[in-house]
Amino acid sequence: MTGNEQMRLKMWKPTGLALAAIAATAAVALAVPSAMAQRDPAYAAARAAGQIGEQPDGYLGFASPPTPAIRALVQDLNIKRKAAYTERAQATGSTVEQFAFTSGCNLIANTKPGEKYQAPDGRWLTRDDSPPVRNASCP
Amino acid sequence: MNITKTGARRLAKTARKLAVLIGAAALTGCVQIETPDKPIEINLNINIRQEVVYRLDGDAKKLIEQNSEIF
Repeated sequence: MTGNEQMRLKMWKPTGLALAAIAATAAVALAVPSAMAQRDPAYAAARAAGQIGEQPDGYLGFASPPTPAIRALVQDLNIKRKAAYTERAQATGSTVEQFAFTSGCNLIANTKPGEKYQAPDGRWLTRDDSPPVRNASCP
Repeated sequence: MNITKTGARRLAKTARKLAVLIGAAALTGCVQIETPDKPIEINLNINIRQEVVYRLDGDAKKLIEQNSEIF
């Protein structure tokens, strides 16, 4: 090994570490948003406040006019939901609408008291201790 | 002569019967067209849908459990 090569190695080591650190940060940044979505304080707050709620079609909707941030958050979640419904619909030999609707039945059933959900007639209702108003086709 | 007269009478009788039958058929045809079957169709749709929903329910529950970050 010549002195020149040693110098190069010494020079590169810190840069390599820095690059690895940047890569690790990027990986975490990429992985975290999907796992964080549920714990996103803005989403949880908007849900608890009844600004957003579950629709019978399996997607999230706005019970009252949303802020741009909440709108973007809900749109992002709905796109991810549609991708998941599409994948499961193909696997079960059903249509995306059928799978999304069945999920909607469950998601409305899963709402907690105080949260909003949309009744089959389009009204936004607040969930209480009684069973939610759902489509007659729901199991 | 007698034979031909009877034959003519028979023919006339058959023709009358046919006319009555055709008239009756035409009448029943009209009645059938008037009955709408829309409510039956809607019921069938709901049944098919409910069947599909029941079939997919387990899969939907699993999806929601396994992807809690988007639900």
